[in-house]
Amino acid sequence: MNHLFPILTALAYLLSFGLYVRFLATGKKLTGRLGTLLLGLGLVAHYFALLERSRGLHTVPYHDLYGSMSLFGWLLALTYLGLELYHRQRSVGAFVLPFVLVFFLAAHLAPADRLSPPAAHGVMFAFHVTLSILAYAAFALSFVLSLIFLGEERLLRSHKLGNMVWRLPPLELLERMSQSGVLVGLVSIAIGTVLGFVWVDRLSSEYSFYDPKYLITLLVLALYVLYFRLARTTGWRGARASKLCIFNFVIVVLSFTVVNLYLSHSHRYF
Amino acid sequence: MEIVLVGLNHRTAPVEVRERVSFTTEQVKRAAEELRARGILEETLVLSTCNRSEVYGVPPESSHECAPGLSTFLSEFHSVRPDILSVSLYHHYDQEAVRHLFRVSAGLDSMLLGEAEILGQVREAYRFAHEHGATGPVLNRLFQGALEVGKRVRTETELGTRPMSVASAGVKLAERIFGKLNERKALVLGAGTISEQVVSQLRDRGIAQLHVMNRSRDRADELAKQFGGKVVGWGEWDAALQSPDVVVSSVSAEEPVLRREIVERAMAARGNRALFLMDLGVPRNIDPNVGELYNVYVYNTDDLSEIVQQNRNARESEVPRAQGIVDEHVTKFLSWQASVELVGLVDALRVKMREERASFIRARMEPMKHLTEADRAHVEKLMDEMLEKLLLGPAERLRGEKELRRKIQNVEALRDLFLSNREKP
Repeated sequence: MNHLFPILTALAYLLSFGLYVRFLATGKKLTGRLGTLLLGLGLVAHYFALLERSRGLHTVPYHDLYGSMSLFGWLLALTYLGLELYHRQRSVGAFVLPFVLVFFLAAHLAPADRLSPPAAHGVMFAFHVTLSILAYAAFALSFVLSLIFLGEERLLRSHKLGNMVWRLPPLELLERMSQSGVLVGLVSIAIGTVLGFVWVDRLSSEYSFYDPKYLITLLVLALYVLYFRLARTTGWRGARASKLCIFNFVIVVLSFTVVNLYLSHSHRYF
Repeated sequence: MEIVLVGLNHRTAPVEVRERVSFTTEQVKRAAEELRARGILEETLVLSTCNRSEVYGVPPESSHECAPGLSTFLSEFHSVRPDILSVSLYHHYDQEAVRHLFRVSAGLDSMLLGEAEILGQVREAYRFAHEHGATGPVLNRLFQGALEVGKRVRTETELGTRPMSVASAGVKLAERIFGKLNERKALVLGAGTISEQVVSQLRDRGIAQLHVMNRSRDRADELAKQFGGKVVGWGEWDAALQSPDVVVSSVSAEEPVLRREIVERAMAARGNRALFLMDLGVPRNIDPNVGELYNVYVYNTDDLSEIVQQNRNARESEVPRAQGIVDEHVTKFLSWQASVELVGLVDALRVKMREERASFIRARMEPMKHLTEADRAHVEKLMDEMLEKLLLGPAERLRGEKELRRKIQNVEALRDLFLSNREKP
């Protein structure tokens, strides 16, 4: 298997991370723009790395744990780039890129097992999986943004302003970015879940409706709808909403780990 | 003609002490009157801002002797125990007092290095003291020099080209919470100089809506009209606090005007929308407990010191140039002071020598019986001419030669050399 694209991806993400950190420290616009450019290049290289891996193993990215992790990293980077461009805010790149890097490196440094050919589940299944992973990536991004919000809010309330606070986005922008991430996640998980149910309905002879994964997915959906509502209109806006967003992501991680590994019989890595 | 300065500022005293030693306009007037009536100072000027309370004066006797009396006066005037006050007070005399004032007006001694409003506050303090007859030739000259220093520093150095102030530091902090302020609403409590500065900063950032609340409706109307805002009646807290994102308070009040229960009620009414409160008043206008409320951010003048420090670093490079201007004007003032004192000294010397001459001639001519009255008168005239020549020449040079005046800075030493204490002018 050709290692060119994984190496290019890792280099681009690493450089992008370094530039985002430097941008956070110095506030130089050119450094931030270069960080964004490198992230874009990393995304392109990552796409080809995923494509190459799937072709090499004759599988789809989400067929195994490592592939799912890499796809998760790619979608996280993509969602972040979208939010960065939409909100014109680069300061949180330094906090998001480490997650992208960890998922990418963990996936691509792991030994490639010989995989059984994936079942021909069709396009609807592919959309179901991809949209679900996109939703989790968007929720992960909101989680990071909520953590930054809480940190910055604490510094502002305690009047202990270091140099960092001046480089971070304003609190309300962090809230809006987090809500944007949750909105992307909600739309993705809603469509993905509907597609999943339709797909199961068609193959009801092979798959059961009684999977704990369905319950926890609906719980995640309900919790994020609640967050979205509370964060925008009520007395919960601010730190309380951010704490709820963090709590919600703990449930997402639970869904990813305990439920997938031990409880679900039809979901493995997503 | 000595100068004394006794005061405290943000470096020497915490806000809890500064707010107790701050002067209202009425107190400034009363303090100046009492200081002169008690004979502690002949000329006096009180400079009272959020960050400093300073009394400048010209004492009848030695400045060192009058300083303890001035400290005691401040302690009694503000009913602050001397032991609390003494640790915060600084005393400067003559050259150091002049240098201190010039640094203050240059913005070199401010919490926010190079801040703009201190010059206005020095100007206002001088105008007030001058109008009430509290100043005399020395303080007039001193404060005119201070205003000149402030103006030069702001026009000739980078320290003044981009004015930064406590107000703008607070506005920048508001941007940390809300981002751009062009869709935000602000309420300004108080319509004084600092409020005007804040409103100006907010308008520069395109604040969407501006409300002004002030005890004096006329002044509020004036400020609102000047910056395109609306006036809210004093004390209508529920209505006033419902919409603003930023509240700036700089009113002269003994007790906090924004109490916890008022803000608590407002936060409930506004659904906990974030509220940034900038308390620029001394004494503080906002109950410190308000900062404990959810989504409420309260910053008083001391809290802004973090921002001050950061800005200070960026402006440090301009300090030597500003200091050069201060030094130049300190020398200029001391030279003027020396010339005034030297002319006085020469006059005193002339009087003394005339007296000496009379008794000297009497004593020396007593044995010279052969001299006629006309001869004696002639000798006296010759001696007068010589004395005039000796004194008149230097006196004229002192009046005309600036450099010479600069060189002779320790007039006191000359006075001590030629005149006894009894004979000092």
